[in-house]
Amino acid sequence: MNTFINSVPRSWRERKYKYRLIGGICKKCNATFYPYRGSCPYCGSDDIEEVNLPKKGRLISYTIIYSPPSEFRLKQPYIVGLIELEDGTRIIAQITDVDVNEVKDGIEVEAVFRRYREQGADGIIEYGIKFRPISD
Amino acid sequence: MKIKDVSIIGYGAYVPIFRIKDSEIARVWGRDPKRVPVNEKSVPGYDEDSLTMAVEATLNALKRSNISPDIIGAILVGSESPPYAVKPSATVIAEVLGVSRIVAVDMEFACRAGTTAMQNVIGMVGSGMIEAGIAIGTDTAQGRPGDELEYTAAAGAASYIISKSGNDDIARFEGSFSYVTDTPDFWRREGERFPRHGYRFTGEPAYFHHIYSAAKGLMDELGLKPQDFAHVVFHQPNVKFPTRMAKQLGFNKEQLKYGLLSGYIGNTYAAASLIGLANVLDNAKVGDRILVVSFGSGAGSDAFSIIVEDGILSKRDLAPKVFDYISRKKYIDYSIYSKFRRNIVM
Ligand SMILES: [Zn+2]
Repeated sequence: MNTFINSVPRSWRERKYKYRLIGGICKKCNATFYPYRGSCPYCGSDDIEEVNLPKKGRLISYTIIYSPPSEFRLKQPYIVGLIELEDGTRIIAQITDVDVNEVKDGIEVEAVFRRYREQGADGIIEYGIKFRPISD
Repeated sequence: MKIKDVSIIGYGAYVPIFRIKDSEIARVWGRDPKRVPVNEKSVPGYDEDSLTMAVEATLNALKRSNISPDIIGAILVGSESPPYAVKPSATVIAEVLGVSRIVAVDMEFACRAGTTAMQNVIGMVGSGMIEAGIAIGTDTAQGRPGDELEYTAAAGAASYIISKSGNDDIARFEGSFSYVTDTPDFWRREGERFPRHGYRFTGEPAYFHHIYSAAKGLMDELGLKPQDFAHVVFHQPNVKFPTRMAKQLGFNKEQLKYGLLSGYIGNTYAAASLIGLANVLDNAKVGDRILVVSFGSGAGSDAFSIIVEDGILSKRDLAPKVFDYISRKKYIDYSIYSKFRRNIVM
């Protein structure tokens, strides 16, 4: 989950998963999820392995954020989407490079590496995967 | 400087999707919209910086290289717009690729830093210190609002994977030559947000003198003439300078055709000559010889002679081409531009 806590250790621990779109696969119920964590969100099993998730998918649903937390203010409005990746994994991520009046359910999207948030003007810049529409 | 058995085995470029027309900038500042240096320039989105652009260019370069990142021994990033004053971009890129046992460092020399990174990786590969390395030029350049530079300061990145010559090479380095002097044509002091420049000083004693000297020096050393090159790429702060430079050195418009992109995307600073080279590689024939000459204020130029190898044929289509990025674009007005460039004070 996205927990918006200004924590340097948290962003450091998450960096591999956020930079490379690494999720978890449950060895018990076979579910895949993102980001990686030590226990399965579906069945609670602790038998989890890391998995490189596919970089392409489809936007299933989205919401537009007009009143973000103050650190995101210059970004408003921005889009948070529910994406189904090619292997069926569902993830929540920001949608970028698209206008709020152009975004549509069902569009094909691909993973891109972007600035996710900043822990204030003198703090750490967090990077991670967002999704943009595939142009063609 | 002679180079032996060092080749480009992967290359990739990136240009953000957003563009602003120079006529729109001219409208805001009351300037004649027809007397502007480029048609339009690329603008990084709010969530982009020189590091995120370098990542996309490098992932494209890796797709073309057909190698596993494990053999990479160095990542050198040339930029004058790093996201942090202190904290390297190179280590973040290494983390994205999942490699740690490498040399990773950022380099700064205005618009020349990308080619200097390239020269350093060539040296490390050529000496046998590493098997392969990555050289990156990337910038999200800023001009002070209303300043002449605002019409051209743009964003883009290019990344090159350089290795010992093998049988799947895209192009091979033939030689390199550098030329530097202490010339105060453009600078930015610590803590200052925008650079300053020496107006007329930026032309003759800076851009033209250094590129001319590096190009001549390389051609003399290798015994080559302008007609030996199929393509030429110069640093491109606008359209006028590289066009005039080509003429002065004895190159024609046809040789400059693929390497001159500033009319479409503006001046991408440390990425400019390297994106130009990427577009040449997107279009060149096997056996073509390419001259690339960068320029960075302060001041210096690096020249390279590069010969296209037949690996280009199978690798060219493995990643998006420069014109795929140039043609996908969204125009923004000056208000959105100011928001993206964080020139609005909250
Ligand atoms: Zn489970």
